[in-house]
Amino acid sequence: MIRICDVKKYHGIPAEELKRMQDAHVELTRITYDHKPIHRGYTDKYLTVDFSRNSIEITDIDPKVKEVFTGGKGYCLRYLWDEVKPSTRWDSPENAITMSPGPLCGVTQYAGTGKTLLCSISPLTDTPFDTNVGGYFGPLLKFSGFDGLTLKGTAKEDVILVIDGNKNTISIETAPLEHEDAHVLGEELTYMYADDENDRKNVAVVCAGSAAKYSNIGMINFTFYDPNRGVVRLKQAGRGGLGRVFRHKNIKALVCKFSGVKADLNDPYDISIINQVGKKYHKEIHDLDNLQNGMRKVGTANILEVMDAYDILPTNNFKFGSHPGIDRFRSTVFIEKYLTQGAADGCWYGCSMACAKAADHFKLKTGPYKGQAVCIDGPEYENGAGLGPNCGIDDPEAILELNFYCDTYGLDTISFGTMTAFIMECYEAGILNKEITGGLELNFGNWEAALEMMHQIARNEGFGQIAGQGVHKMKKIFVEQYGADAQFLEDIGMEQKGLEYSEYNSKESLAQKGGYGLTNKGPQHDEAWLIFMDQVNNQIPTFEDKAEALYYFPMFRTWFGLLGLCKLPWNDIVPANNSETDEPAKVPEHVQNYFDIYYGITGKHLDTPGMLRMSEKVYQFQRIFNIRMGKGLRKNDAIPYRSSGPVTEEEYLSRQERYDGQLVDLVGFTKEQVAAMSLQEKMAETRKYREAEYEKLIDAVYPRRGWNLNGVPTIERVKDLGIDFPEVLEVIEPLQ
Amino acid sequence: MQLNDRPYLHWRQGMSIQDVIDERNFIYPKLVVKLNGKLIRKEDYAATLVAEEDDLKIHHLLAGG
Ligand code: SF4
Repeated sequence: MIRICDVKKYHGIPAEELKRMQDAHVELTRITYDHKPIHRGYTDKYLTVDFSRNSIEITDIDPKVKEVFTGGKGYCLRYLWDEVKPSTRWDSPENAITMSPGPLCGVTQYAGTGKTLLCSISPLTDTPFDTNVGGYFGPLLKFSGFDGLTLKGTAKEDVILVIDGNKNTISIETAPLEHEDAHVLGEELTYMYADDENDRKNVAVVCAGSAAKYSNIGMINFTFYDPNRGVVRLKQAGRGGLGRVFRHKNIKALVCKFSGVKADLNDPYDISIINQVGKKYHKEIHDLDNLQNGMRKVGTANILEVMDAYDILPTNNFKFGSHPGIDRFRSTVFIEKYLTQGAADGCWYGCSMACAKAADHFKLKTGPYKGQAVCIDGPEYENGAGLGPNCGIDDPEAILELNFYCDTYGLDTISFGTMTAFIMECYEAGILNKEITGGLELNFGNWEAALEMMHQIARNEGFGQIAGQGVHKMKKIFVEQYGADAQFLEDIGMEQKGLEYSEYNSKESLAQKGGYGLTNKGPQHDEAWLIFMDQVNNQIPTFEDKAEALYYFPMFRTWFGLLGLCKLPWNDIVPANNSETDEPAKVPEHVQNYFDIYYGITGKHLDTPGMLRMSEKVYQFQRIFNIRMGKGLRKNDAIPYRSSGPVTEEEYLSRQERYDGQLVDLVGFTKEQVAAMSLQEKMAETRKYREAEYEKLIDAVYPRRGWNLNGVPTIERVKDLGIDFPEVLEVIEPLQ
Repeated sequence: MQLNDRPYLHWRQGMSIQDVIDERNFIYPKLVVKLNGKLIRKEDYAATLVAEEDDLKIHHLLAGG
């Protein structure tokens, strides 16, 4: 086991090298601003930067916007709506990236209070896409005086935006000599803008990576400086291809610098209640984390073997739910051999859950940094599952290396895992061959080929140019150029709305099919993760139950994104007596903690109905935004059959007992009838049943969400929520 | 015996709650176990036997990433 006390510090960057880079900067514009102090969690100021015009503008946030949209994701969506038109695509000049930390962001006494939300029109989905991220930029942005930031226009050359929250200056500068890959660029800018070693923790950098500008699955990294290791750490705004938008605007990085973080900077209404709740929660982590999920030891990767045991771990492009090599990459392997133990790995101050684990001085075997010993953030569960078993890979060092390069190149690990799994299945099915892939043997399990493909994306060459487009666009290319069967690709291509699925096998949970399919942005599990409640616990057996869960959880989870909170501390640990409460799955004591912190900051009381209503305003607004962009209807909620049932004979046969049994227990055939059926007949009946169930689920969920059967929010619901602005009604009125 | 409101086909005489957990490979640590509506604590799983007509609920408190 590697302990933090035994990890030697990383080398920094020579001062003369930094000076050479900084001397090459040309300042394009600079402003000095009045720093308005925060009041009860809000600055009520908004920053807009137009890179086409090199303009920097600070405006007051309309009180009505604050009332309806709360902050975080709400602000991101509202401000993005005003920038774009229905015809806007990801690379349109008017497309913007909006960011907002939320009113509770920056609290230092509780866990998971440093999240920033981002939105943009996605190159994958053509719709507004929200994603959240840790790291220090969001909180420091707020402490520098801003509740939100819009990045729009396109710079003529690579530029950086520098916000100094102590000197109250903002500048746009060219940055021609800095490297592009995030682990290097993050470090260069952190060292460059810090006054001294002590000051590095006060500098936060936002950057993508060299692959992001070529790939639709490009993501954005947010840094924080880790003084224990002497290295810059990376957290990812991973999903939706926002890194591609960022680099298309020729933004190389954002830098925010602010020193003086302390517990009362949010100007809380009642700090004592926040202190109390925080103390109680930290004790809970201290006493129970080891007995529960072990988040402090291995982070979210603790569930790799759990998902495997319950047949949910995506394996070989979601064909199966478990991998025979699980013992090679179960969480204990990472704890014992790779992830440094005992470090305060929180991605914002005060996060005692500390799940941001790292593998230190890992020696890379491939690519431009081959032979170097680097710090790797992760793997989180999604990275482990997506880059590992879903691609048939069970080598932990391959998973770590894939993880590292995704991060530094600015590629979303989840999308990369799912799209590589899709490519591997196409390769094994004979749709692709070595001629097409330029010699890459992309069989399941070939991690070297997967890595080489990733390096090609970063170099914008070879088969990497095709792979980097994501599953949705590849399906079209494979049909048109390589003669693939379109229906087969529709069935096995694990994307919906253009976004690659995150890493859970939903075949045996109807509610989770909805948790993926009936989302605003596409199949990411952060709206509703219901597999265990449904498939294992059988707590939501009826359509009505599932519809209720598919109302409650998306609304509940939306709230985290409005306030600037991380979801993990809510339920990745539970109080010792949680099982004795009425609704253990909702972790009532932790929900009350959030209400207390909300009160402590804003002075306003909140309860569950109030919280759900707050979220629903934004949730419905996002659905209507999708409709405005030409999506967001029932037809867009259709899911690939691989997410719902066995596409191939191999899949059916691998779980034949289960599927045969379901034809009797669920579909209504007799055992004799099933015995007399051919394999193809059984697969067809299974498919008919499962697809019909999904349609029935939609019929139950839409009315619960206040939508008509085409998925359009009703005018009545929109009026009740107070989001009946003329521009909103204009979108939905013709579709009532 | 009913396990999570589904018939449990592998029930046998003398089976404990821990046996069910082991047989089902329920390896997740945060479980809420109720036998005929009564909460059973972890330390009692091995000593608590399940009868054929019992209603056993083993709920996993896992609500995802
Ligand atoms: S729980 Fe993990 S991801 Fe969430 S804030 Fe803490 S360290 Fe960051």
